[in-house]
Amino acid sequence: MHVARRWAAILFVLVVPFVAGCGGRDRAQSISIKGSDTMVILGQKWSDEYMKAHPGAVVAITGGGSGTGIAQLINGTTDIAQSSRPMKDAEKQKAQEQGGGAVEEHAVARDGVTVYVHAANPVATISMEQLKGVYTGTITSWKDLGGPDRPIIVYSRENNSGTYVFFKEHVLGGADFVERAQTLPGTAAVVNAVTQDVNGIGYGGIAYSGGIKRLGILGVDGTPVDPTEETIRSGAYPLSRPLYWYVSAKAPPAAHALLAWVLSPEGQAHVTEVGYFPIR
Amino acid sequence: MPAPPLLARPVDHRRRRIDRLAEMAIAASALITVTGIVLIFVFVFREALPVLFDRETQLEANLAKFFSPGSWQPVSDVPKYSLLPLLIGSLKATLIAVLTAVPVAVLAALYTAEFAPRAIRELLKPVVELLAGIPSVVLGFFALIVLATGVQAVTGSPTRLNAFNAGLALGFSIIPVVYSVSEDALRAVPSSYREASLALGASAWQTAFRVTLPAAWAGIFAAVMLGLGRAVGETMIVLMASGNAAITSWSAFDSIRTMSATIAAELAEVVVGSPHYSTLFFIGSLLFAITFVLNVAAGLMVERMRRRLAGA
Amino acid sequence: MNVFPNVAPGPTVRELANPSRRAVQAGWNVLWTGVTGLATLWIVLIVGVILGTIVIGGWRTVTPTFLLGNPENGMTEGGIFPAIFGTVLLVLLMIIAVLPVGVLAAVYLHEYARANSPVTRAVRFAVNNLAGVPSIVFGLFGLGFFIQFVGRGIDGALGQGVLFGQPAIVWAALTLALLNLPVVIVSTEEALRAVPRSAREGSLALGATRWQTVWHVVLPQALPGVLTGAILSVSRGAGEVAPILFTGAAYYLPYLPTALTDQFMELGYHVYVLATQSPNVEQTLPLLYGTVLVLLLLTFALNFTAIVLRARLRRRMGLRD
Repeated sequence: MHVARRWAAILFVLVVPFVAGCGGRDRAQSISIKGSDTMVILGQKWSDEYMKAHPGAVVAITGGGSGTGIAQLINGTTDIAQSSRPMKDAEKQKAQEQGGGAVEEHAVARDGVTVYVHAANPVATISMEQLKGVYTGTITSWKDLGGPDRPIIVYSRENNSGTYVFFKEHVLGGADFVERAQTLPGTAAVVNAVTQDVNGIGYGGIAYSGGIKRLGILGVDGTPVDPTEETIRSGAYPLSRPLYWYVSAKAPPAAHALLAWVLSPEGQAHVTEVGYFPIR
Repeated sequence: MPAPPLLARPVDHRRRRIDRLAEMAIAASALITVTGIVLIFVFVFREALPVLFDRETQLEANLAKFFSPGSWQPVSDVPKYSLLPLLIGSLKATLIAVLTAVPVAVLAALYTAEFAPRAIRELLKPVVELLAGIPSVVLGFFALIVLATGVQAVTGSPTRLNAFNAGLALGFSIIPVVYSVSEDALRAVPSSYREASLALGASAWQTAFRVTLPAAWAGIFAAVMLGLGRAVGETMIVLMASGNAAITSWSAFDSIRTMSATIAAELAEVVVGSPHYSTLFFIGSLLFAITFVLNVAAGLMVERMRRRLAGA
Repeated sequence: MNVFPNVAPGPTVRELANPSRRAVQAGWNVLWTGVTGLATLWIVLIVGVILGTIVIGGWRTVTPTFLLGNPENGMTEGGIFPAIFGTVLLVLLMIIAVLPVGVLAAVYLHEYARANSPVTRAVRFAVNNLAGVPSIVFGLFGLGFFIQFVGRGIDGALGQGVLFGQPAIVWAALTLALLNLPVVIVSTEEALRAVPRSAREGSLALGATRWQTVWHVVLPQALPGVLTGAILSVSRGAGEVAPILFTGAAYYLPYLPTALTDQFMELGYHVYVLATQSPNVEQTLPLLYGTVLVLLLLTFALNFTAIVLRARLRRRMGLRD
């Protein structure tokens, strides 16, 4: 049994320092950010740049959807929740009850939810009515949109996505998504699916839309509006929305320093690099 | 003075203490195993209880809603909690997996147990072990990126990620378990059965189908149950490759949303204690109950086969 | 003369030797051998295609920089070292938890238990059914028991706020340990069975206690089997993703896990995230194939070692494969 004893000793030596560190990382300096898949690339860019500019700060980002981030905020397992939709009052209340303090809401960037189709799809514009029809199942063929006579394959997001909720409220007017909408776990998955499917249609944040065809949405006066910085800032693009950070009452002071940096001109410059638009 | 005989030596007290400690540790370990499964029962069912007993949760999610036809839209101003699309989704994926995997696995087991030359048998065993060793996330990746394109090219289905795609990949994941258990069952049939049949003039294949296979039937049935259980509980493959749309339809080429994928996709976003949270644990309890029943049935079948053959 | 008057006369020897009848039999033989042979071939083909596409898609990506570098630029470039590190650490913790418990439980079943006592039957029942629990249910258990119950309990006792009551590598490791307990128990029992009874009897005859016999005589001889179980459980632990989805795996961490309460990156979870949530699918596809290839190589290397060990054990036992 000498072999076993030696192995046990090796394992013991490896594990003890590990267990000794089980007090967790230095809570004062480490910030955890969870939530929106739309914003996860933005959050990652910010955290990379912030850690470069402020050595010693530790920022950990996880995606999972706005709903996930908000739930974690309420459960108390994250400092900041990224969300591509505003928190509901009931959620804010629950966060306050379980978190011991009010949650701070900050708009940190702007986005225009883009509708994606395959590059070979001849359709170039769509109206809000038609978009609603496609996603509630009343319009099922591309020929109703001015395209070829082929079935529309509808791609959507999982229900933990803020984009899902935003789309439901602003496009569907609260109606349910059509049953056969395929639900994918992230915007990237939606883009991937539509890239491979000539008959596909999908939606998601504008930063993911490089390399795929975007549909112009018919504005109030009937002319197609493309998602650009001006139309999104001015609100002319019908699906423009702010992107939020929700900071927990229990977040360490380092989190507020990060927030201040994100809202500064330096932080906002990175927003455009990622593909979204600054809040101011 | 010569050393006292072995058995008359006084027992070392330190030795006795070490022994007792060791035996306590051994008993504790055995107990942990039993406690483990009991705890799983308790804690998974416990988080699902509000659906059955808490009045406030039941306003939103209750048994009646679960089992009446409807849609699955838990995140909504008016949440809808019908489990039927999910049950149908799991059923379709499992059925396709079983239909595509069981005949292949059982026929291959028949081949290697009865007819294959030794070389092929030696080749197939490591191949099946390789297949068994592929993690389900890798199979899910393969189904998402490669298989879906292939299946769409062959079947011309409008949807790329559908029940057939996920079911096929699911079938791949259960082939090893069905194959090994079937092969064991076939090998366990005493050769006297075979020899008697051949002596009576039956050909090799007549023997295989009319004597060996029926004798091993209970074991093969157990293999199918085990495969079924694995297919029902499998998560990553269906999460990545089935489209995750809660559709109530019987077409094999529509997307599906299985119970396991629903839990995996939605558990991260629920607030602990909310009706959605309890519902997901309820679905988990359902899954657990189904696989538990299948496992117990498989175990009983194996016992029965063992008893029957031992009695012969 | 009809020996069995009640039975319809069967084929005569002349009929049995009839060439056309024999031809029909031969035809059926060929058919069934063909069909079942094809089934076997189909399995080989499946494995070949899966492994082939992964190797072809990923071999160019697996370079030392890939294995040792960090993910960069939103995971569209760089390496997977944190995922490899996290996987190794996770599996190490799991082994520390599962090996002692599994081996001792198997020792109980084989050396100490009375056959058919209710306790023995309960333990066997538990082992058989643990093996059948779906991996997502383990994930639920990890969340519901380890994080919500044990974790929150510890936090309450320490009074420091949420520390253990959230996803952490320790909970993920314990969940995987429970998942792999049957594997270790079954492999160890197989190994214990291989030790000849004479070894035990000899030891006891020399005055050793039962525990001394187990520790100094039986277990050393059973070591290959125990190692097989350990290696198989490691390979399963590295590959299962569903149990760690909510118990500690993270998408991107700027630090390596160094404390029990840290979250971690993991190879299987990385594959899932890259396949479904990466920001630029075109760019990440080679990385994805590379990660899958690394995961597969790891799993196969472990399985292969386990198989070799098991073959050696079987040879010792005198069994033919």
